[in-house]
Amino acid sequence: MSYHAIVIGSSAGGLHALKTIITGLDASFNIPVMIVQHMSPQSDNFMSRYLNQLSHLQIKEADEKEPIRQKHVYIAPPNFHLLIEEDKTLSLTVDEKVNYARPSIDVLFESAAYAYGKNLIGIVLTGANSDGSAGLKKIQEAGGLAIIQQPQTAEVSIMPQSAFDACPQAIVLSLEEIASFLNRLNNDTQSVAQPTST
Amino acid sequence: MLASDQPENERIISTQNIEIELLIEAIYQRYGYDFRSYNKAHVKRRILHRVSSLGLNSVSELQHKILHEDDFFDVILKDLSINVTEMYRDPSFYAVMRKEVFPLLKTYPYIKVWHAGCATGEEVYSFAIMLKEEGLLDRAQVYATDFNPLVLEIAKKGIYPVSRIKEYTANYQLAEGHYSFSDYYVARYDSVIFNQDLKKNIVFAEHNLVTDSVFAEVNLIICRNVLIYFNRELQNKVIRLFTESLIKGGYLGLGSKENLMFTDVYEQYTVIDAKEKIYKKKVL
Repeated sequence: MSYHAIVIGSSAGGLHALKTIITGLDASFNIPVMIVQHMSPQSDNFMSRYLNQLSHLQIKEADEKEPIRQKHVYIAPPNFHLLIEEDKTLSLTVDEKVNYARPSIDVLFESAAYAYGKNLIGIVLTGANSDGSAGLKKIQEAGGLAIIQQPQTAEVSIMPQSAFDACPQAIVLSLEEIASFLNRLNNDTQSVAQPTST
Repeated sequence: MLASDQPENERIISTQNIEIELLIEAIYQRYGYDFRSYNKAHVKRRILHRVSSLGLNSVSELQHKILHEDDFFDVILKDLSINVTEMYRDPSFYAVMRKEVFPLLKTYPYIKVWHAGCATGEEVYSFAIMLKEEGLLDRAQVYATDFNPLVLEIAKKGIYPVSRIKEYTANYQLAEGHYSFSDYYVARYDSVIFNQDLKKNIVFAEHNLVTDSVFAEVNLIICRNVLIYFNRELQNKVIRLFTESLIKGGYLGLGSKENLMFTDVYEQYTVIDAKEKIYKKKVL
């Protein structure tokens, strides 16, 4: 299976979790990543600047109509929902909060499932609510791959546990395992996309 | 690929997309509201949520209801319009407006301000308070427009849930409001009503950015977080409408994630504040 995009949702404890995954990705990591991290509406773009310094990937706050590119990581801006269009561009809305959150993980995941179908990986990490559960289920129903941070290893286990209850067939991994699993999928995807001619 | 070769879930998604396009076309032909140039992911999300909350089996069933039940159309219009707004969203935008734009507005004997896509009006009252504090409200004509008559009714009343007031008060202070926010409203039960004198010079009117044209020459246009719902072509069209509506040297304030950079009138503006997305139409 070749994967064209990854969506990640995190809440309480998310900065550390995202840092572990993002810095664990290989330099050759190609698959674009879209992230919703719950944060206060007044936050600035600290998280994308911080993670960008630590990674060889381009990490930035998502802009509206931005085309999704390889080797890029896009983070939803505070106080906006992030959606993926079927033409593989990003869009932002100020619609009402979903699961008390804007950005909401479910909103990103659901739109990503429509845009990428079976070529999508969805990941739910640490957090203290149940945002992401419905979206992860949508990803699975569309044939995509669902991954959940092992609740016992999460800083706050409620969100991954809720995702697991909604998607019992999801792959459950620790943060370090998620990074190496993604690296393997990335290598597989590349060898599918560019078969060596020898 | 033939439809029959597609896996089940892909077939459902592509059928849904066809149905949604037909629905949007039906709404346009039947009611004249044009959502054809809105970003698709948003429209799809809203429509599918309505389908599921009504327990319908398909978008086509929803289309049937919309075409045959006029009263029901209000529900869909609300689903598809942008109704979420708050007072002093992004307080720094208001602080920069007050500091950089208002002093120049004061040089005119009389000013016109247009809130385009004002929804339920929270932003209009936020601005009216600022205009009042700067002594501009009495010589201002404020147009607050939206295409949805139902949200305009709410805007006209100026009554909002008291539950948001704590947040709005904090925003007002961050926006460098001069007085006590509670001076501007009266609380009653679980609502607050904003003072009548704030809306003395405000005209609330229906105007559709997609299908209507210029109606006044104005000094300042505020249109925040509306353009993000439109595709690039429609964004350009609306920005051209704003450009025609602004006097030379007039100001335009957009949402924090909106931008003139990709539009074809970019050259006609100078940037007053890049972060707050405040622009000035060039004099020449």
